[in-house]
Order: sequence, then C-alpha cells, then structure tokens
Amino acid sequence: MKPTLAVWKFASCDGCQLTILDLEDDLLALTGAIEISDFREATSAVVEGPYDLSLVEGSITTPHDAERIQEIRRNSKALITIGACATSGGIQALRNFADVDEFTRVVYASPQYISTLATSTPISDHVSVDFELRGCPIDKRQLLELVSAFLIGRKPRIPTTSVCTECKRRGVVCVTVAHGTPCLGPVTQAGCGALCPAYNRGCFGCFGPMESPNTSSLIPLLRRLGRSDTDVERLFSTFNAGSEPFRKAAGHG
Amino acid sequence: MARRRTIVTDYLARVEGEGAMTVKLVGDKVEHVELRIFEPPRFFEAFLRGRSFLESPDITARICGICPVAYQTSAVNAMESLCGVEVPEPIRQLRRLLYFGEWIESHALHVYMLHAPDFLGYESAIELARDAPAAVERGLALKRTGNDVMTLVGGREIHPINVRVGGFYRTPSKRELRTLAAPLERALEAARETVRWTAGFEFPERTVECDLVALAQPDAYAIENGRIVSSGGLDLAPAEYEEHFEELHVERSNALQSQLRGGGTYLCGPLARYTLASDRLSPGAREAAAAAGLGSECRDPFRSIVVRSVELVHACEESLRLIEAYEEPDAPFVEVEPVAGTGYGVSEAPRGLLYHRYRIDAEGTILEAKIVPPTSQNQLAIEDDLRDVVTRNTSLDDDALRGLCEQTIRNYDPCISCATHFLELDVERK
Ligand code: SF4
Ligand code: SF4
Repeated sequence: MKPTLAVWKFASCDGCQLTILDLEDDLLALTGAIEISDFREATSAVVEGPYDLSLVEGSITTPHDAERIQEIRRNSKALITIGACATSGGIQALRNFADVDEFTRVVYASPQYISTLATSTPISDHVSVDFELRGCPIDKRQLLELVSAFLIGRKPRIPTTSVCTECKRRGVVCVTVAHGTPCLGPVTQAGCGALCPAYNRGCFGCFGPMESPNTSSLIPLLRRLGRSDTDVERLFSTFNAGSEPFRKAAGHG
Repeated sequence: MARRRTIVTDYLARVEGEGAMTVKLVGDKVEHVELRIFEPPRFFEAFLRGRSFLESPDITARICGICPVAYQTSAVNAMESLCGVEVPEPIRQLRRLLYFGEWIESHALHVYMLHAPDFLGYESAIELARDAPAAVERGLALKRTGNDVMTLVGGREIHPINVRVGGFYRTPSKRELRTLAAPLERALEAARETVRWTAGFEFPERTVECDLVALAQPDAYAIENGRIVSSGGLDLAPAEYEEHFEELHVERSNALQSQLRGGGTYLCGPLARYTLASDRLSPGAREAAAAAGLGSECRDPFRSIVVRSVELVHACEESLRLIEAYEEPDAPFVEVEPVAGTGYGVSEAPRGLLYHRYRIDAEGTILEAKIVPPTSQNQLAIEDDLRDVVTRNTSLDDDALRGLCEQTIRNYDPCISCATHFLELDVERK
C-alpha cells in the first residue's frame, strides 16, 4: 500500500501548500508514489486517518485550532510543519506584542463576532513536530527532498547554515560589503539559494533564524550602516517575529 | 406542512482557504443562505500601523499566497500616487508582465485544478489526471509558465522578493526576458486549447443581474492600475472608491462584505472585466472568445471558466508582446520620498478589484491601512446567486443540491485567505 499524505491548514496565506501544487512536473510523479488522503485545497475526496505523513501549514490562533492540532497529531505517524507560520507563528504573531482586542477593533466593526487567541503560536508549542521546514514561503526543492527522504526513510538533506554560505556557493557578491546594503543573511537559515542578494537586495529573514545566530554582532553593523533602532526592530519583526532569536533582536523580550 | 430540509457541508474543498455555507429550506422556499468564513483573522490592517510605507508590498503579499503580486501592486500604486511618483514606462510594463505571470498561474490553477473537476464529475484534478492526463498536463504546463514569468521577473513565484515602492530591486536584461518567449508561445497554444476545451463543457443557463465593477484603461484591458468603472455608470478615481462602496461586518464571519453605499450587490472579477472591456482584449483572445460562442458580454457565472480561459490567451499574448517591446530602464527603481497624507491603490487581482488605502506621516510611517480584497466584494453576489440557484433546483436530492451549491461558489473562485480580514457548506432543509 502507498503511504498516505494529508495537508492541513491553520492561520496562513495558503502559499506554502500552494508550493505543493507548484511542484507541477513532480506533482503527478509524487501522487503516483503517495496517496493524498486529505488536501482540501486540491480535492474534495477525504480518506479517514491515520496518516503516514501530515504536512501542517499555518499557526495556532483560535481555541478551536488548538484542539484540532491535537487530533491531527494523534492521527499522524509523522508530522512536518511547512513554512514560517507553522514554524514560528508567522507575521500574524505580531499580535503577541500588542493588544489583540485593540487589533480586533481596528479591523472589525463588530469585535464580539470574532473568536481569536491573544497569540499566534507555532505548531511545536502545542504538539511534537518531526521536522520543521522553513521559509515564507517554503522552497519547493526542499519540500521535494524532505518528502522523498521521508518516503525512503532516510535523513533529509536540509542545511542549517546561513544565507551567507549560499551567496558564497552561488558566487553572489556580498550586498553589505559591496553596496552597504543592510542584510539579515548572516543570521538567517539557508534554503532559498541566496535569492534576495542575487537580486541586489538584502535578506529580510524569511527563512527565520539559523542555528545559534549571532544577532548581537549583526545589530551594531546594521546601526553603522545607518539604520535606526526602529529600522532594526522592523527588520526582525516580520514573518519570523515570533522566533526567539528574532524576537529578542527586535527588543520584544 | 412544508418539509424542512438540512444539508451540511462543513468545509468547502477546492477553494483557497477555510469556509462554510448554510442553506435553509422550508419546502420549496429558501429561508436563508449564508456563507461563513472561519479562516482565522490575521489582523494585517492593525499591525501595518507603525511600519514603514516601504514595507507594505512585502507584508501585504502575505495576505494571500495565490495572488501576492496583486497585493504588492496595489500597495506600490497607493504609495507612489501619494508621494507624487510616476514610474518610467519600462518599469510599468515589467509590472504588467509580472502580473500577467500571476494571472496565468492563478487562472490555470483554478480552471484545471479547482474548477474543471466540477464540470467533468471528478473530485480532484489528480483523479481527472488518471482519465485525461493530457488535459491536466496541459494545465500544469500553463501554470508552470506563469510561475516561470514570476520567477524571472519577481525572483520567485510565491511572494516575489523583487518588487519595491518605486520599481524593482533588479530589472532583467532583454536577453533574460527573451528566454520566456518560447515557453510563452507554447503556453499561448495551450491557452487557446483551454478555451476550446472549457467551451465544450455543459453549462446550465444562468445570468446575474447585479452591477459589474472593474478597472478600466482607455486602450488596454486593465490589470496593473486604472479607473474604477461599473455597468451602472460609475467612473471613479481610486480615491473615490469609499464614497461609493462600503464594508459590512456580519455575524459568524471573519470577513467583511462589501456593497454599494446605500445598498446594492455588485460583482468584480473575470465576468465584470470581460463584460466591461472585451473590446480591449488582445486580438487572439477576442478571436478565441468568438469561436467559443461568447458575445461581447458574459454574465453567466458557470461560463466564468471560459472567460478565465480567454483571459489566459490574453495574458500569454500580451506577455509575448511586452517581452518583444521591452527596453531595459536606466535604473531599476526611482527613489520615493515619503509625503504625509492618504494614498489609494487599485489593481485587478485574478479574482477582481483589490483596493488599498494608507495614511502615512512625513517620515513614511503607516498610521492607518485599509484593504478590500475581491472576495469580500463578491460575497453578497455569491450569496444572491446561491439563493437563486437553490430556488430553481429544490427538486434535487440533498447530495445533488450540495454539489450544485459548491459548484456555484467555485464559479467565483473565492479566495478565503484574502477575505479574512471566507467557506464550510451547510445546506439545511427544514
Ligand atoms: S509561511 Fe508565509 S508563505 Fe507560508 S503560509 Fe505563512 S505567510 Fe504564507
Ligand atoms: S534571502 Fe532571505 S529574505 Fe530573501 S528569500 Fe532568502 S531567506 Fe528569504
């Protein structure tokens, strides 16, 4: 029997699960190797669990979702989070540093209709997670590598070094050294192939912090490049604002 | 006593995001129709306050992974118009090309992966692929070409990194763009075939009578900017939008619904664009539409799949023209200095009009943000259509009726991720 795959969505933009459909050529090959049991964006067919592999997109922001993830964990042999929302809370985790009632009043005329938690939290805050795939959005080559490794039962080859190493490998000149452009590459996990620097842009950290990131030496450099405290706070307060190293670097404690 | 029936679908499949629908029937009478959006709120308009005006394209892109370029474009339009900057023509044309990439990707996804299975009686494109591999492969190839355009111009297909207020971080060379010509030629042929394929589906006869709203440009089928026009005779600058349209917050929905101020349902998206501007489609798209039997207007939501296919032809043909005519700009972007005030930005997302408004201070800090996505604007029209479709088909059994309701909703390609600031299908017969 083919292994079964389920794709689950929590608070998110659908971009990471769209990456699965973006596999295009490889998609039909993948569906030949794997039984897609539950993937609401792509199919109305539902097969009951348990599932061999669950891919989870999005963060936990409602009491109902906090319960739903428990049930998914119970019905999944392996559970992998896909993307910054599921792995660090996503951009919607900016509410964690604000007053969510005030946020609700700003967006909705009748706040009493809205049921939401004060925080947006990663999946790993709620259940055990077997692998966290980074990125906002995830990289499709990394996704294919991860699912293939899972199918064969080997360790996935997903680097945990910084974006800087990818610039070197790709032969992209350092945007900070060459143009004085502020860049989060030194503290951001590899995986995108140094995309922004290849487009003359500083990395803005969409893959989240690398292992033991040295943010405390990057911040003075950013200041020397003319960035204000507010600029630095903003730079660390995007799609991985909820991750501990970026949260601290942004001064959110 | 009239029979009361309840039909339930908790979670609508093959739409973008999470939503549900309830239809209550007493005998042959439809008592209540409601789309419920339970996609959890993410509060973009709240946390945009305090951010730099330059951050808005990257931040708002994360509202929707299916149409990030739409968000980026409406955002840059708002900021540039406020700060008195007009980007040079080659940059505007590159923005159009990037946006066509998104239309091709999104339309191919909806036509082949999400919508066609309804007409052909399959649960998914993956199932459809077992019986009709050539069709599904054609759809995936089209989609890939859209992605290739976005990857080259935008850096990547989901949440492009190359868009900035004032232009791009890096503009492609003429030679780089030329590499897209051959795949786009093949995509154009696939798009023509898509029109022939979808035109052959069976369509129930439907017409929607509400107002249609789309962007207009004098000499183009508007995509990256324009004036807001309607079948009811409106012709507005983006800044006048809120004088004529309003958002309502209904109970049990995490989305806001739009209507014409003072009441009145309207529809934006492919049917509106086509009906208001079919004469400005590319020659090949007009030819394909005529061969498919579409007149100069189309108000049939089921035939929106044919209109999307025609727009695919247009997007491929126009992209080829843009690549041919491209001249590299002197600089990839123009510097934009912040100006205190309120900026308004619009563009035609694949699903319809996307409106942004920002108030910023002299340092460029965002003080207030308002975003109205196409699906919020279409929600009342979808409910109206649903009510009418159910009324005409009460003799169907619950399963058949539920299927027809779901298809009716998917005709609009609703994007629930966008509308949450949308669907579960729950048909209740009493
Ligand atoms: S991580 Fe980014 S791309 Fe993925 S679902 Fe969240 S917002 Fe979308
Ligand atoms: S360079 Fe940084 S911001 Fe850009 S895609 Fe890579 S990780 Fe994301």
